[in-house]
Amino acid sequence: MTKLDLSDVRGDHRILCDFVAPGSRVLDIGCGTGNLLELLINTRGVDGRGFDTSQKGVNEAVARGLSVVQGDADNDLAAYPDDAFDYAILSHTLQATMDPKQVLEQLLRIGKKVVVSFPNFGHWRNRMQLLFKGRMPVTDYLPYQWYDTPNIHFCTIRDFVALSEEVHAKVIKAEALDARGKRIAFNAPWWVWNLIGDQAVFLLERK
Amino acid sequence: MPASKLMRFGPENPLRLDEGTELAPWQIAYETYGELNADKTNAILVCHALTGDQYVASENPVTGKPGWWSMMVGPGQPVDTDKYFVICANVLGGCLGTTGPACTNPETDEVYGLDLPVVTIGDMVRSQAKLVEALGIETLFAVVGGSMGGMQVLQWASAYPEKVFAAVPIATGPRHSSQNIAFHEVGRQAVMADPDWCHGQYAKEGKRPLKGLSVARMAAHITYMSDESLHNKFGRNLQDRSAITFGFDADFQIESYLRHQGMTFVDRFDANSYLYVTRAMDYFDLAAAHGGKLANAFLHSDTRFCVMSFTTDWLFPTSESKDIVRALNAAGANVSFVEIESSRGHDAFLLDEPELFKTMRGFLTGAAKARGIPAPGNGD
Repeated sequence: MTKLDLSDVRGDHRILCDFVAPGSRVLDIGCGTGNLLELLINTRGVDGRGFDTSQKGVNEAVARGLSVVQGDADNDLAAYPDDAFDYAILSHTLQATMDPKQVLEQLLRIGKKVVVSFPNFGHWRNRMQLLFKGRMPVTDYLPYQWYDTPNIHFCTIRDFVALSEEVHAKVIKAEALDARGKRIAFNAPWWVWNLIGDQAVFLLERK
Repeated sequence: MPASKLMRFGPENPLRLDEGTELAPWQIAYETYGELNADKTNAILVCHALTGDQYVASENPVTGKPGWWSMMVGPGQPVDTDKYFVICANVLGGCLGTTGPACTNPETDEVYGLDLPVVTIGDMVRSQAKLVEALGIETLFAVVGGSMGGMQVLQWASAYPEKVFAAVPIATGPRHSSQNIAFHEVGRQAVMADPDWCHGQYAKEGKRPLKGLSVARMAAHITYMSDESLHNKFGRNLQDRSAITFGFDADFQIESYLRHQGMTFVDRFDANSYLYVTRAMDYFDLAAAHGGKLANAFLHSDTRFCVMSFTTDWLFPTSESKDIVRALNAAGANVSFVEIESSRGHDAFLLDEPELFKTMRGFLTGAAKARGIPAPGNGD
């Protein structure tokens, strides 16, 4: 495993890369224009495939030479066979799906392991905004207003832990990231991460 | 017959046909562009559409027009003939040098006419595989094509997965739909209703069913364009007149345009060939040939696919391409899929569509890297 200089790379992407074994088969759901996919191919030598709802993003990714299809996580994941990939990755996409639980179940079916990153709605700044301003939180990470956000299903770290339990997934590893996208380098109970974690990355597998 | 490269296969090398018979002797006319590299890893087969030909990137000697895909194929183009060795062959049943109904039947020394067995997309691809083998190429770097050419790409990938490193089916489907068969039947009936068709024996009678073939082309041409492109191009504009004439002349520009399309088509195409090649498309149903499950056509495939469709193509709508993509995913194949925004309907794949070129160049460059052949130098 070569450690490359990933200082310019998005925080959750850096950790996602660490979670993925070199040379594995990977499906990146919600891959956008393929930044993470390219990073995984370049740093981990994966056989990478992508999937995104935005045709514009997909066209750009394919023109970059990546294997990406236009599709919708809520409807099109059913076409993939069981265990089709070593890793099914969902980076900052879960909160934008219509049915996060069903999507997570599909991921656990088509990926031997599942990596999910998401913004933590339970972060103290979000709680403060709601508590003191009485308005839905708008932050650097979550720049949308409530009425135009694509993020229709926010959750907190503890919500996600509960959902994992419900879909019979085992948490193999988890990391919380601070506001600068740096790993919070100490182990703490979920409630602490839930308060200070800006985002989280989970590695799951079927129980 | 125009001078194309010609590969002849004698009685010792018959072509097995899906119909159950064997064709021999037979021949296939083709053009090549660029150079085959030393380890023979850079060959791309371009499959042409219904009324296309082998002159993909060079002047068609019959019409004097530039190659039908010269924006896509050529030096420095997305299918870069400075890097790749490009082969394009006239399809079986065609009329530009490959064995077709206008060729002489060696058994009777007369023109085949309807005595030629009905051919399929599978037969076309089998004939191309024999050509590729005769050229000494074991594996094609890519097979590329739109519409009926795209059907051939799918058939190639399904029948010869080990011979196809990358496949680019464009504006196509895994089967010919009922609506598409219906349009083809209208065209065939127009040909057969022409008294000069003479039950397919027009060559013997010294006649040509030009009116019927022309009407067939007019009907088909409508299906290649979108409502939007017709509206933008012609609207209800009148042709060389300021008012309607209360008659059946070509008052409207669209009428005049279609008549022109029909009339120029008959100069370059054989009526019986039109029957054969449309039939081949009608019979195409890749899922049916694999137990009703399209994914079975691509099981264990190592081929890299790039599927493309166009938003206003109603002949082969995006949903058909998505069926292909879903099946490829189900088969665990490596697939990319791009839907391109265009107002120009099915014909878009032959036109100047920058997104199409960009996708093709990007996909081929990525595949070339994976295959270890130098990528086109001026990739964007």
